[in-house]
Amino acid sequence: MVEIILIKNGQVIDPASGKNGVADVLIEDGKIAKVAKNIKAQNTTVIDAKACWVLPGLIDMHTHLRDPGWPEQETIATGTRAAARGGFTSVCCMANTDPVADTASVVKYIVSKAKAEGVVNVFPIGAVTKGLKGEELAEMGRMLDEGAVAFSDDGHPIASAGVFRKALEYAGQFNVPIISHSEELGLSESGDMNEGALSTQLGLRGIPALAESEAVARDVGLAKEFGTLHVAHVSTAQSVKTIRDAKKQKVKVTCETAPHYFSLTEEAVKGYDTNAKVNPPLRTQADVEEIVAGLKDDTIDVIATDHAPHTIDEKNVEFQRAANGMIGLETAVPLCITKLIKERKMNPLKVFAKLTVNPAKILKLNKGTLAPGADADVVIIDPEAKVVIKKEDFVSASKNSPFISQKLTGKVLTTVVGGKIVFQA
Amino acid sequence: MSKVKSLTSKDLLGLKDLSAEDLRLVFQTAESLKEVFHRPIKRVPALNGKTIFNLFYEPSTRTKSSFEMAAKMLSATTGSITTKTSSMTKGETLIDTAKNIEVMGIDAIVIRHSMAGAPQLIAKNLKASVINAGDGFNEHPTQGLLDIFTMQEKKKTVKGKTILIVGDIAHSRVARSNIWGLKKLGARVIVCGPPTLIPVGIEEMGAEVSCHLDKVIGEADFINVLRIQMERQGKGLFPSREEYTKLYGIDAARMKKAKKDVVIMHPGPINRGLELSTEVADGPYNVILDQVKNGVAIRMAVLFLLLGGKNGN
Repeated sequence: MVEIILIKNGQVIDPASGKNGVADVLIEDGKIAKVAKNIKAQNTTVIDAKACWVLPGLIDMHTHLRDPGWPEQETIATGTRAAARGGFTSVCCMANTDPVADTASVVKYIVSKAKAEGVVNVFPIGAVTKGLKGEELAEMGRMLDEGAVAFSDDGHPIASAGVFRKALEYAGQFNVPIISHSEELGLSESGDMNEGALSTQLGLRGIPALAESEAVARDVGLAKEFGTLHVAHVSTAQSVKTIRDAKKQKVKVTCETAPHYFSLTEEAVKGYDTNAKVNPPLRTQADVEEIVAGLKDDTIDVIATDHAPHTIDEKNVEFQRAANGMIGLETAVPLCITKLIKERKMNPLKVFAKLTVNPAKILKLNKGTLAPGADADVVIIDPEAKVVIKKEDFVSASKNSPFISQKLTGKVLTTVVGGKIVFQA
Repeated sequence: MSKVKSLTSKDLLGLKDLSAEDLRLVFQTAESLKEVFHRPIKRVPALNGKTIFNLFYEPSTRTKSSFEMAAKMLSATTGSITTKTSSMTKGETLIDTAKNIEVMGIDAIVIRHSMAGAPQLIAKNLKASVINAGDGFNEHPTQGLLDIFTMQEKKKTVKGKTILIVGDIAHSRVARSNIWGLKKLGARVIVCGPPTLIPVGIEEMGAEVSCHLDKVIGEADFINVLRIQMERQGKGLFPSREEYTKLYGIDAARMKKAKKDVVIMHPGPINRGLELSTEVADGPYNVILDQVKNGVAIRMAVLFLLLGGKNGN
């Protein structure tokens, strides 16, 4: 059945073209047919988007779907539904599954399972090294053939600079980036939170900001000589500065931060709230300020969720014993609107470029635009809706969010993937 | 002791959370309960019918027996488990263990745990009172209280006095509880140890920092000497036992630079010849055994203030 959807009267924001104005969007055959004023069409599903934003579907280039491996945390079925509720039409899932996505067959499994059970597009990110051990390169070429879009050992820094160099060189032949989890384990040791006065006061083991920024400096240095780098989950001021300088020197580097790094500081850990335990850890206000500056001057190209589902059992324990990570797919839009667009007066075009066209360019996905002919991945957002984040509303299989009970602004109303409505509030 | 104030909180998790007024209330209560020690029958019925459980995930002799004596002298019924944290990874969660203990009819759980925040975790999940007997590097509130109580006993007040804490500050819950309590009572605190064992940002808790013991020892009215764990040496935090003793050990030669009436304290157990020489440990300045004795009085006070006078008693 050819479905035709007409989205009427919305504020159409398309960062890929820089357009931002009231228009109608016509979807036919799973593609964007037309964006114009006063489109007339018959036999259509009409969605009134008055006073709402109509955007290209969001792309999360850093998601943990836990599939294969931990269905109690998340599956492709639950994770893609959480994505749809969050306005994401594409997610790129990290390789730290069980088994690790370090072979063509695991990538193939993810792609086929996503086709069968997923409701949004799933693009696997393959492992850089076998078993995420940081030793031998994984079969990147064969994984690309099965649908991998980039490579990362996320969750595990590649300790050897030599291995990292080889990864950059090798991935270069395929023209795909290596996504680094930049962390110097000798500095982070087995820390639980950001190192500083607060970790001392709470008696928790600290992870210094330098554990990240020193590793970023190394990885950027290697990228300058050997390849294309994307730095995952940037959390510190110094990392932003290092990447800013590297970009000035024309190093082929891009980077992302996550909503929690511009929305929260280490203060969220007070009271030993394990939902605020994440790696890299929540940092200080000074770091938040530099992250925002980096978003504003485009040092930071991408906002990615680092959606990391964990069960209640993994979190309802001693802080030191609790798993790292927080879910993020279903809170990203209200956090971006509240913290960046409302509080920091950032232009929606700029903010949403980091969730659409920018990750699409980095990963060479034919996505993230409302240009006629593009895949009809569309999200409709009410930018003024007041929302309270509630645990019971999450459709993710896990509920580990530090934002529960927070009052935010901005709500995803409708998510369309390939011309089909996959979520409606 | 019929009409007494009690602590406002259900739990004692740290001195961080107490006001100066709370601290004084504990000290006053300890002072009056200490009198029990001198009775022919060393028991008062203040907590008759109350139940107190020691849940220890780290080995302890002093603190555990001190809590036990305190509870018994107040006529409470006691129970205890000592277990190893490592066995917990496959076993029961902390919350489950604590809930199982609570339903046995327990009014207060005294917990020691290797991880910071463990007492807070069970306090949030239980109706019973939770008393922190040491959690990771975070706090050891009853040790802090008994240290300050002992200081006040020796020099009337800690206000305006200088307390020098020497040793592994980074991994010390005793140091943190001392600093929280002492600063609330107007004392000056200097922490001294190898730079590798001074935690980042300790100044924000109100402590001054020095890495040169000989420069600051003369300013101290009290020196609280911390136990140095040899496992820290294995982790590269200081080079050798001998070098530690040379730079940070308190011995008779170093004591010549100290005030004549300085008071030496140690939370125990002492590594004789490492952080404290035997000559000093057994010398005239030390109040280490007073600390132990006061520990029982302080724990009686804490138990009484949390459990006494409640349930219509």
